[in-house]
This record gives sequence, C-alpha cells and structure tokens, in this order.
Amino acid sequence: MKFLDEYRDAEFARQLAREIHRVTTKPWSIMEVCGGQTHAIVKFGLDELLPKQINLIHGPGCPVCVTAVELIDKALEIAARPNVIFCSFGDMLRVPGSTTDLLSVKASGGDVRIVYSPLDTLKLAEQNPTKEIVFFGVGFETTAPATAMTVYQAAKKNLKNFSLLVSHVLVPPAMEALMSSPNCRVQGFLAAGHVCTVMGFEEYFPIAKKYHVPIVVTGFEPMDILQGVLMVVQQLESGRAEVENQYSRSVRREGNLPAQQLIREVFQIVPRKWRGVGEIPQSGLGLSEAYMAFDAEKKFGVAELRVEEPSECLSGLVLQGQIKPHECPAFGTKCTPEHPLGATMVSSEGACAAYYRYRRHELVEDAADKKS
Amino acid sequence: MSISGEDPLERVGKIDFGGILKQANLAYVPEAKVGDYVIVHVGFAISRLDEDEAQKVFEYLKQMEDLSELKEGGP
Repeated sequence: MKFLDEYRDAEFARQLAREIHRVTTKPWSIMEVCGGQTHAIVKFGLDELLPKQINLIHGPGCPVCVTAVELIDKALEIAARPNVIFCSFGDMLRVPGSTTDLLSVKASGGDVRIVYSPLDTLKLAEQNPTKEIVFFGVGFETTAPATAMTVYQAAKKNLKNFSLLVSHVLVPPAMEALMSSPNCRVQGFLAAGHVCTVMGFEEYFPIAKKYHVPIVVTGFEPMDILQGVLMVVQQLESGRAEVENQYSRSVRREGNLPAQQLIREVFQIVPRKWRGVGEIPQSGLGLSEAYMAFDAEKKFGVAELRVEEPSECLSGLVLQGQIKPHECPAFGTKCTPEHPLGATMVSSEGACAAYYRYRRHELVEDAADKKS
Repeated sequence: MSISGEDPLERVGKIDFGGILKQANLAYVPEAKVGDYVIVHVGFAISRLDEDEAQKVFEYLKQMEDLSELKEGGP
C-alpha cells in the first residue's frame, strides 16, 4: 500500500543504518516516546541495525499501560452494575485492576463491550434508552479528538444515558517529568508522530531548550524510526538540542487546529496519576465544567475511590526506561499476556508485550547461554 | 473512496485500507477530498498525508548515494 511499503524497504533502511554508523562516535541513549514506535523497533529488529553505542530506551507512550490501577478499579465497579453497558477499547479488557479485570466482570455477567470507535457508543445509547452507556476514554492526544467529538455529539443529541470515564493523558508533561527525574538517562527523544499530528510541536521547543535535549518528531515505519534516530544522533554529535520534524508527511508545526479546538471545548487540563509513575501535574484531560454532566465518576459515585499500586509489577521502571522488560524477574514467568501482572504486558503498545511477542525465544536462549 | 454527509461534523468517508473498506469521520480533515490518503485513528481521520513531504526522505537518500559515489569516484 502506498505510504507504507516504501517505508519498509530493506535496502533504504540499511542505507540509513549505515549513515547512523558513520556519524556515531559516542554512546547515546535515545527514548522513543510512543509504544507504537517500540513495537516497530522490536518487530523489525531496528535496534539490531544500530551501532552498539546507541541505546534505545522505551518510553511511556502506551495509554493503556499508564492508566492508574485506581481508574481501572473505578471502571470495574461501574461495569459490574446491572443497568450499565460498559464500552472500552479491546486492549483494556485484560488489564488487571487490584483484584480482577474487565474480562472477568464480563464473564460473570457484566455487559462489557469492545468498541472500535467511541462514536459507536452513541448508537448504543440511542438504541438502549433504558440503559446507562459508559465509555472508558483512554488515550493520548491522538485519541482525545475522537472522545471529544463523542461527548460533543452526546450533548448535541441531549443523550442523558451516556457518560464518560476519562483517563486521557498528555505526553509533553510526562517527558518533562522524565527529564526532571534524578535517574534520567535520556539524551534525546523521538517524539510521537501521531500525538504531534493532532497537537503540533510548539510545546516541545521549551522542553528542548530547558533540558538541552534534541527532540525529533518521528513516524512509525522502519524508515521513519531510523531517520528519526539519525537526526537525533546528528544533533547530539554536534551538540545541538533542537526540535525537528521527521514525520512531515503527517505533522504540521501547528497540528490539527479543528481537533485542538474541540479538545479545548470539551476538556480541561487536570493532574493525572500514571500507573507505576505517580501523579504528574497538568498531565491529563478531564471534562470541562460545561460537560461535567457526562462525568461517569460523578454519575456513579466512584470519584472518591483510592487504591494502592501493587508492588510485584515493575512496569513503572519499564515505562520510565530504567529497566528493559526482560530484566523484570516476573517477565515471561509470573507475567505473560495471558496472565499479566501489569498493563505493559497486555497492550498492543506495551513494551513488555512487544518483547514477549517478538523476542522471547532469543531472550530465553541468551539466559540459557549465560547459565551454561 | 467516497464522501457523504452534509453536517461538517458528521462528514464520513469510505476509506480503502489496502483492500479493506471502512468508514471514518472526516470532521478533522475538512480539506480532504476523494483520492487523498489519510491517517485514521479510532474511526477519525486525523491527518491528510502530504505527498511532497513524503518524498523528502527518498530525495535525501538519493543525495547521500550520489555523494558517496562522488567520493568513491574522486581522485
């Protein structure tokens, strides 16, 4: 398919990799922010094309993974109620809360449904006027326009039986939180191409300047990622810390203005807890005052629920790039996609799931080699 | 493939994903017309792809290739 196949061309990719080898003289740690990029890197083995000095750190850009246990527990409580149809993206169903997950709630009789688009929930609300339809709004800035449009249309259609459990998160505050951490090893960023498609990249200029860190807006195909790495390395090697745009076929500097307008209309910026990381100020979207009637937490009285994070799962360290997935003692043993301890093992964008799916055999062989 | 809907917020496009046809809301790409390539996320087109920008990486690679040939063929 056009715009896809040519970005997966092996010869072009090797050419970019050779150029990265040529310009690299020192060790560098670069974080790819988005889980979609992590999956492409691990699936296509892009990290193995890079010089040994380049360390790719997998970032927190998996919205399912960073949704706090507390919010999952709220979802579980609402989904178990008799008159509720609880709608969610499929990734969320196996993510463990403190005691159970949405799939188990469904198995024990809860009406939990997977939707492709949040707009599908409005049809359900119209078709089931005596039921309460709740949508679990999870995602980064990429998904926020879809959720915003759904709430906006629910208001326009005066749907009283629709509400939203909001868990939207914002990427730039998380990048700042990472850079301010004393354990931070990140020296350059591949910023998330689809987040920037919506929001543009103005927000990154102050971050690049304040932390003297190169930020390159990068796409998701093998050639995008290799070119993004090359651009970051070129900056690092020459001591620059600028914002550049590799993914210019999709990303404009100002982003998608109609989408931003609706996000501002429906949402306001709020503090948000990130699973395994803790609360980050101004890092989430909550419903704005005008749309508060659609807030499921208020409607179902679960706003006050407080839960502690479980300690066995090290996903917080994985999400901050402090360990690689297979360095967790539970990886592949106590924690698998069928029985996950944390969300990073569940989501199609989670780093642990990527390692389990594409690298498990190599990792097992490595471990066996070391023992023998 | 085709576009329908009067209300700009409910404009819907029929989109060909390499053989699979699916509908997507076009509210956020008011400039999109039949024949354009768009990026679709959870049922919404969020961007129309820019053909000229898409060519840039290939031009860059071509330049790199020419440059290295020049070096190899140099005195």
